[in-house]
Amino acid sequence: MNEKRPSHKGKMVPLPTNSIIPERDLAVTPILECRHLGIDFGGLRAVDDFNLTIGRTEIAGLIGPNGAGKTTVFNLLTKVYQPTRGTILLDGVDTAGKTTAQINHMGVARTFQNIRLFGNMSVMENILVGLHGEMNYSTLSGVLRLPSFFRSERIARERAMELLSIFNMEDTAEALAGSLPYGAQRRLEILRALATNPSLLLLDEPAAGMNPSETAELMENIVKIRDTFHIAVMLIEHDMNLVMGICEGICVLNFGQVIAKGTAEDIQSNPVVIEAYLGKQQ
Amino acid sequence: MVFFTYLISGISLGSVYAIIALGYTMVYGIAKMLNFAHGDVIMVGGYVCYIALNSLGLPAVLAVLLSMLACTVLGVVIEGLAYRPLRQAGSLAVLITAIGVSYFLQNAAQLIWGATPKNFISVVHFNLPAGLMRLGLSSEALITVLVCIIIMAVLTAFVNHSKLGKAMRACSEDKGAAQLMGINVNRTISMTFAIGSALAAIAGVLLCSSYPVLQPTTGSMPGIKAFTAAVFGGIGSIPGAFIGGLLLGIIESLAKAYISTTLANSIVFAVLIVILLVKPTGLLGKYAPEKV
Amino acid sequence: MKNLKKTTKVDLATYIGVTVAFLIMYALQTGGHLTSSISGQLVPICCFIVMAVSLNLVVGISGELSLGHAGFMSVGAFGGIIAAQSLAETIPSTPLRLVVALAVGALCAVVVGFVVGVPVLRLRGDYLAIVTLAFGQIIKDLINCLLVGYDSHGLHIMFNISGLKSINDLHLEETGKAIIKGAQGAVGVTKISSFPAGFILVMLTLVIVLNLIRSRTGRAIMAIRDNRIAAESVGLNITKYKLMAFVISAALAGAAGALYGLNYGSLVASRFDFNTSILVLVYVVLGGLGNIWGSIIATVVLYMLPEALRQFSDYRMLVYAIVLILVMLATNNDQLKALLGKIIPHRKEAAGNE
Repeated sequence: MNEKRPSHKGKMVPLPTNSIIPERDLAVTPILECRHLGIDFGGLRAVDDFNLTIGRTEIAGLIGPNGAGKTTVFNLLTKVYQPTRGTILLDGVDTAGKTTAQINHMGVARTFQNIRLFGNMSVMENILVGLHGEMNYSTLSGVLRLPSFFRSERIARERAMELLSIFNMEDTAEALAGSLPYGAQRRLEILRALATNPSLLLLDEPAAGMNPSETAELMENIVKIRDTFHIAVMLIEHDMNLVMGICEGICVLNFGQVIAKGTAEDIQSNPVVIEAYLGKQQ
Repeated sequence: MVFFTYLISGISLGSVYAIIALGYTMVYGIAKMLNFAHGDVIMVGGYVCYIALNSLGLPAVLAVLLSMLACTVLGVVIEGLAYRPLRQAGSLAVLITAIGVSYFLQNAAQLIWGATPKNFISVVHFNLPAGLMRLGLSSEALITVLVCIIIMAVLTAFVNHSKLGKAMRACSEDKGAAQLMGINVNRTISMTFAIGSALAAIAGVLLCSSYPVLQPTTGSMPGIKAFTAAVFGGIGSIPGAFIGGLLLGIIESLAKAYISTTLANSIVFAVLIVILLVKPTGLLGKYAPEKV
Repeated sequence: MKNLKKTTKVDLATYIGVTVAFLIMYALQTGGHLTSSISGQLVPICCFIVMAVSLNLVVGISGELSLGHAGFMSVGAFGGIIAAQSLAETIPSTPLRLVVALAVGALCAVVVGFVVGVPVLRLRGDYLAIVTLAFGQIIKDLINCLLVGYDSHGLHIMFNISGLKSINDLHLEETGKAIIKGAQGAVGVTKISSFPAGFILVMLTLVIVLNLIRSRTGRAIMAIRDNRIAAESVGLNITKYKLMAFVISAALAGAAGALYGLNYGSLVASRFDFNTSILVLVYVVLGGLGNIWGSIIATVVLYMLPEALRQFSDYRMLVYAIVLILVMLATNNDQLKALLGKIIPHRKEAAGNE
């Protein structure tokens, strides 16, 4: 897995804010900008002074040892937790006071470390829930079955099938989401998130529980999703082959603080990162 | 002076609610189920005591003990036959089964003892000094409050320090882990029902001593109110049940006296709603946020 | 029509089944082949079918345990009775007056549904259950305090909170009539409900609930039930959809209540107490959560069961309780389920559809 995949990776340039983004994204507002973000749980500073900028079409990685606060960062970004300190700018807009649902409307979609599908609904229905905002008929026209209901539903179903085709899952459309194998559930979660038409996709350990060939396929698909939808992807992952293989900018978190952000090469040779993962050399 | 009288009657009624609520809360804490039949166990306790006093001619203390024994057995049997087979089932299935048990107990009582109300003769047989009587304090009220405080103290010590009490707390936190530590979960739950039902018997006797009308539906409303009291204090919490029960009794008594007899129950429920809106897990309930 | 979706087929079968059952029963009723006791239960059964289907929307589809559904039925019943009684001269046509009464009943229940739903739906699980129970009791008590009369000056409404007032305190004219007399309930109600009206209400309920479930709104409600946090993360407004399910359910219960109330000459508020809420909940759970046709069948069977158990006379409610417990054990215990699966092979497949 040591072959280089430079084809999709852009040239990374440093920003005054100590972050790096791809050169191609310099001209547009960054999709995400966190400034001095932090949250306390009681006396515990779970995340502190988290600063990060992500380019409009960047694939970014968030890594760190267990308990570093990676998922907490995702929960802050999606307002599952309200931050104690700092600001989050999405596409230049402050997200203070927004709810999780509103954050989604602002263009952030996510998956979960512990899979959260709508288990009693079919694969198709899971994606249709993701497409909820794209359908424009009212509850009343749904109950009365007006033409707008049929039109909107038909378009949504076609769109759902297109999304399923990304992972070749068309034939599982009518299966119960809860009955899918583990890997397929993870893929379905990504598709459901994509269905909400995000500009930033947050993936929490997308390769967890996958075998090496599934992971390799997933890597290709993440790049494909970025290229097709022109969105930014930020992922948490312990599989270093995946992170080093596709992430352009990598942010390393330890004890709730950013200890480095750089390219795969920077990170691999950074002594602070090595220390965080392996402990101090005696 | 009149206020004092109502307050006392409220504390006494609240003590009965507290004893019933303890049964609810212990069962909920460990089995995570709303045992809707608990109120009807109270009624059975009342009838057994009535029979022991009037037909068997037993002394009051023996009658109460017999009633506790009968309810303990009843509680364990109900748990074993109706609830244990449903341990893996959804909470709604258990709830409906509990309702079935409640119907069963009410109708069985009606068949055995008839629908006509029985006039329960108080088990408390001493008189208070006239000075206290004039304050509106009755011997039943005094005994009720004392019994409630004793039960509360003993139960707290039991749950915190005895081996079975620790097993109960372990089961309520995590049944799987408790089992791995060598705790017999089924036996622990069974014992919880036994204790809860014995308390229900005491509550039944005390309730009927103060409000001497005994009929098959006697337990329903106090059952619902005690359930409310348990939620009020934070369901699963033993001190919560105590505080919830007392507050509920006092609010009910004062509302009856000063606002409206017909709306007293509604006022109690309205206070409950307000409390839950301000503190969604009750006064002493623990809030467990969902891990994302 | 082979490519019809499975859900569409189930819905279609539900509509056809209900229609056929109605036609048969209606033919028997008009032909005078039914005993008066069965004939008298046709309208109440329709009402309770609507109650069960609407409660299923809250408990099965939205996943919130409500123990106060009868409260909405009560509001609808008394609202409908007031409307029907006071409009007796304004709208002489009985069917039209019934429609108006049902609409008023539903509207009253919607208002109460909002008032109850907005605070209640912030709570979760068993806490929500106890608060709905509390609201059910409060509604019952409040209606017990209600004094309503009607004369040429219009409606007279009074709240008898002290318990000292009576219908005479309304000072109605001599031609006026009392509609609700506090704890005595509604009196002198003109019975205008009919079995065909009940059938139409059931069909209307089915159309609303089934079409709702199969629309984006219904999917949103079910998604919130299955995983609240994930539903929020895909942009669903939790409160909005939970409230929508709750209020639609209340409206249907209100209409059912109005139909029920106008089927009797008098009605007391305690008819819609906690036990009635529980009764409907039993129908829903036994019929299968989220399973609409299951609710209908469970309602019909369980409503008729005490009647069918008449031969057990005094023991019939006892037998009813035992049947209830046994059915719950048989359908929810894994070992028993496996045993049943062996005896009745197709039973497994049916369970998979739920």
